Amino acid sequence: MRIILIFISAALINNFVLTYFLGLCPFLGVSKRFDTAVNMGLATTFVTTLTAVTTWLIQHYILERYNLLFLQNVTFIIAIAGLVQLVEMFIRKTSIALYRSLGIYLPLITTNCIVLGLALFAALRDYTFVESVFFGAGAGVGFTIALIIMSGIREELEFADVPEVLKGAPITLLMAGMLALAFMGFAGLLSV
Amino acid sequence: MHLLGSAFVISILAMGGLGFGFAVMLAIASKKFAVEEDPMVEKILGCLPGTNCGACGYAGCIALAEELVGKSAPVNACVAGGQDVADAVASALGAERMEAKRMIAVVLCRGGEAETARGAAYRGDRTCAAANITGGEKNCAYSCMGYGDCVDACKFESMAMNSNGLPVVFYDRCVGCGACARACPRDIIEMHPEDRRLFVFCKNKDRGAQAKKDCKVSCIACGLCVKDCEVPGAIELKDNLAVINHDICPQNDVPTRRCPTKCILFGEPEKMTSEAGQPAGLAGGWQARASNSGRL
Repeated sequence: MRIILIFISAALINNFVLTYFLGLCPFLGVSKRFDTAVNMGLATTFVTTLTAVTTWLIQHYILERYNLLFLQNVTFIIAIAGLVQLVEMFIRKTSIALYRSLGIYLPLITTNCIVLGLALFAALRDYTFVESVFFGAGAGVGFTIALIIMSGIREELEFADVPEVLKGAPITLLMAGMLALAFMGFAGLLSV
Repeated sequence: MHLLGSAFVISILAMGGLGFGFAVMLAIASKKFAVEEDPMVEKILGCLPGTNCGACGYAGCIALAEELVGKSAPVNACVAGGQDVADAVASALGAERMEAKRMIAVVLCRGGEAETARGAAYRGDRTCAAANITGGEKNCAYSCMGYGDCVDACKFESMAMNSNGLPVVFYDRCVGCGACARACPRDIIEMHPEDRRLFVFCKNKDRGAQAKKDCKVSCIACGLCVKDCEVPGAIELKDNLAVINHDICPQNDVPTRRCPTKCILFGEPEKMTSEAGQPAGLAGGWQARASNSGRL
């Protein structure tokens, strides 16, 4: 039960993008087209889940055992960078078109605050291994949901009569703000 | 001292071990997921404009670069790039240089707001594609609707709508990619080699009386240009419209002299726009629409 709650909490109620405002750069950068957004979401979900696994192992079997908590940030970042590199190679091998459409945002998953954020949150809240994995997957799914909603809105926006001054970044940020408002509706549903 | 020493050693071992572990993992992965990529493609891609305009007929600049490296596209395949790009590609590939034929967009309608009769109000989406479904505001069903789909489609900022509601091409900037021609739902914009000078600026296929009623500068199919043209058959009347066969038609102003509506014109591209009542260049109070570069 707790696992499910953690998952839903990370995906919806405490959505990393829309309530914590983490990972806004790919949220705005890769949400222009629906299918690219879906793929970016899946790639990020893959990275967040693997990161949750790896950082939990590092946290419990290396950092805590040898009293090396001062190395937490450095080791987590190494782990994340390595995993993103792995995903990048994999996507390049499987779909060169996807690799090109994600462009610079693919390696930028390395510095996506969601990924490091979830690793630090999981360590801070003392999640068990399974909880940590579901937390990571939930964070990724939440990011994917936000990205998909945003790309849907932005594709519709292409046909809308947007006032000249709001075209481009302003209207996108306005939409992001309204989405955040909508996600506020989930707040207080449960607290994990 | 001993504690400090052990913390040092353990830190170094932990970081080193982690780094080593990831390095091994990535080394294995890079072998497993290795992608063969011709460095030539990257080099050719650098020669191309990179706007992915699609005028060459391929999916984008990357697709064209791959075709060029594979020798299945001629070195002058990039329409937008012109001679400079053709030369750069040829020298990068070590192939023989070829002449690039410059294409330009020609707007074959002069029926602006001042010339045309209007019989309907249109309150829908302000795009030609949408307005064309109901027929737009102008009576002429073949004319420019004036909502600027072509201007939005232009990636090179070489088109704008003038104060008369007609699109104008800036020929110093037009690269001939044809995006505007594809965007026009009524096929008013055509791509032509830049040395062509003689055009019929009308697409109206209605009978003369009706065409004249709808638009002051329409082709009424009187046939004077057909008679006056020095090469018989170079200009023909098809569906109440004079059509020029550019391959055989002589490039002079003989057919234009007696045109009663001045819809067939001869001149330089700039002159063609100025004869159509528009000043050439950016000056003259043109209402340039926002370019697509700043859009979502």
